[in-house]
Amino acid sequence: MWQFFHKLGSPKWFFGIANRFMPWLLAGGLILLVAGLVWGLAFAPKDYLQGNSYRIIFIHVPSAFLAQSIYIMMASAAVVTLVWRMKLADVFVKSVAPVGLLFTFLALFTGAVWGKPTWGTWWVWDARLTSMLILLFLYGGVIALDRSINDEKSAARAVAVLVLVGVVNIPIIKYSVNWWNTLHQPATFKLTEKPAMAMEMWVPLLLSVLGLYLLFGWLACLRMKTEILVRERRTRWVKELVLAGRK
Amino acid sequence: MNANVPVKVKAVSASVGVSQAMVSVFLRDVRVAFRQKQDLLNPLLFFTMVVTLFPLGVSPEVAFLKQSGAGILWVAALLSVLLSLDHLFRHDFDDGTLEQLMLQPQPLFLLVLAKTLAHWILTGLPLVLLTPVLGLMLHLDGNSVATLCLTLLIGTPVLSLIGSIGAALTLGLRSAGVLLSLLIIPLYIPVLIFGTGTVAAAAEGAQVSGYLALMGAFLVLALTLAPFASAAALRISLSNS
Repeated sequence: MWQFFHKLGSPKWFFGIANRFMPWLLAGGLILLVAGLVWGLAFAPKDYLQGNSYRIIFIHVPSAFLAQSIYIMMASAAVVTLVWRMKLADVFVKSVAPVGLLFTFLALFTGAVWGKPTWGTWWVWDARLTSMLILLFLYGGVIALDRSINDEKSAARAVAVLVLVGVVNIPIIKYSVNWWNTLHQPATFKLTEKPAMAMEMWVPLLLSVLGLYLLFGWLACLRMKTEILVRERRTRWVKELVLAGRK
Repeated sequence: MNANVPVKVKAVSASVGVSQAMVSVFLRDVRVAFRQKQDLLNPLLFFTMVVTLFPLGVSPEVAFLKQSGAGILWVAALLSVLLSLDHLFRHDFDDGTLEQLMLQPQPLFLLVLAKTLAHWILTGLPLVLLTPVLGLMLHLDGNSVATLCLTLLIGTPVLSLIGSIGAALTLGLRSAGVLLSLLIIPLYIPVLIFGTGTVAAAAEGAQVSGYLALMGAFLVLALTLAPFASAAALRISLSNS
């Protein structure tokens, strides 16, 4: 266990492991996502109330899942950065923050596209929409801070502090936004209480969620590998790797 | 030689207690601020000007102002605190005072807390005192103004405390001001929601003690956690420069 933990600190070791896992992550992710999407978009039954427009949930829900869990993963990595100063942890935070931003944006965008035919408006100041928007701001802040500090080590630790402050605040923000919405306008539609979903809709949704998680794993490895190459460019193993690749 | 070092450190910390150090940091910040009076006035002027923009830009009608006055004042106060945060550590960072503070035997987070309290006394409190005047200009009734002042009294220290984390993180960076706003505004949202929500509840004649208790909880949480985060951020920022 502890040996594994120490190895995790070595970028070179990670590079090898990532190379071994990435094809599986990519293949598994693509198969599951394509299966889930094709099933969901083409074969799953129509919703009796919303017709075909509900089908966007096969993209919307997986994105929203990832948008939130990436922040939690970043927070766990931030603890590792601050406590053990592990290089890989801050490589992870730096590499996945833009991915998190992208998924948050995708969740908001698909939500807006779905909202137009269903609610008749692109945007409502609903509690869930608003907290997703704030999550987008938090991701933006993390990326902006990371890009503004030139020194790698200080950037990593400053970002880690910010991510942790953010993660303490997320429940508070979520709670207060919920409270705010119920105070100002009684809920006209409840997103939280979904109608019990038919099995034919639920299984493809599960497949696309799992597929997107695997694809995220692949993308995270790819981005981390790039970041490691940039950071370790002066080390011998990277030079050897690049020379070997050139032949 | 080595044996002497702990004794020396002990002697220093015994001569200046933690509370005494906090008081002297606090008094120093207040004294320095009063020697640069313009810096004290700027957030207040900004506050007044932002509030003026709303009747000009949206509507001067009494009904609109009555309904949104509390929100306008809260947003304006939030922005003025944000604007003043850059001064919290900047001057001490530039002239090296901050490094001396970090070398003190007293825990850094307590000294940071003293500095943040001084910042609140110098910016947050004057904003609260100015609020009744601007509240009258926005046609708020007496009850709303009183509740508003109370929420600002509890809320502005939270703004200073959370803001100190952002100020510490962005210390010494280029375009620190804009970056500071980007980092801190999302974290200010809960305080804003409850601040304006309390006034809205009071206007409807509801009991506000529960809301005020929640805001008090925010204050306690910020008081206990924020100084640690900003002390950690200060260490990072100073090791960077």
